Amino acid sequence: MPDLGKYAEAVLSAYAVSLILIAAIVALSVWRSRAIKRQLAEVEARVATTPARSSEKTQDA
Amino acid sequence: MSIWKYANPKQFMHSTAWLVPLFSYAAAGFIAVGLIWGFFFTPDDFRQGSTVKIIYLHVPSALMAINAWFMMLVASLIWLIRRHHVSALAARAAAPIGVVMTLIALFTGAVWGEPMWGTWWAWDPRLTSFLILFLFYLGYIALWQAIETQDVAADLTSILCLVGSVFAVLSRYAVNFWNQGLHQGTSVPVATGGRTVDDVFFVPLVISMIGFGLLFVALVLLRTRTEIRHRRLHALLARERAAQ
Repeated sequence: MPDLGKYAEAVLSAYAVSLILIAAIVALSVWRSRAIKRQLAEVEARVATTPARSSEKTQDA
Repeated sequence: MSIWKYANPKQFMHSTAWLVPLFSYAAAGFIAVGLIWGFFFTPDDFRQGSTVKIIYLHVPSALMAINAWFMMLVASLIWLIRRHHVSALAARAAAPIGVVMTLIALFTGAVWGEPMWGTWWAWDPRLTSFLILFLFYLGYIALWQAIETQDVAADLTSILCLVGSVFAVLSRYAVNFWNQGLHQGTSVPVATGGRTVDDVFFVPLVISMIGFGLLFVALVLLRTRTEIRHRRLHALLARERAAQ
């Protein structure tokens, strides 16, 4: 650890806050990406197995 | 091959899938090297003491805060002129990253300014225009959230982005326009040369700047891909509801 002298508080707080903010935006972006990807996969799977409305009507008729 | 092929969401998703991890690892490497080198292996400045170590965060984040807005401006213009949805979604994806970069620049500037200038904040042209840029970022995000119709939201946020560009320009050049205030001019003038930073500080600074740039690209790609998926998810859900 370098000797930061009387400015230790300023330097360390700058690094701490910046790294926390960077980690937060990265984590948030990855988390949202995964959540949306999972939801989309679920809906796509559901849509693929559900017959279209038009074909349902044809079957009903 | 035209760049407009990437305006096709499917093509964009296909082309960028491998770029996200590539840029992410490169960003992590450059940022780690730049910050570790800058923090542990550079000497104190003869005048600023150890506070000079803040430069490795302050300058790259300020640079990306302004560049993120310019990227949003280009994407917004593409949306307004050519109506490519991917560009509107890319602009939307970039805004939260710009907020974080602006916040880092403002915070590190304040904690650096207090011991050097004797004040956390001054209504200096560059500081003030940076604060206004930060507020524009928040307004831009809020406008996207507030409007349900995505195309209308893209139109209005694009206009807001054009207006906010004035402050993005001011943030960079305010010290040249107004020869007053506390904030110094750039120490690393890319266009004109004649930098005032010694190599011992400059090399890790450049590495850190490259790292922040790569991080921005990685996050924009990741978030744009998420926005494209989100849009498709909404379309599928709407179709499902209509079919019931």
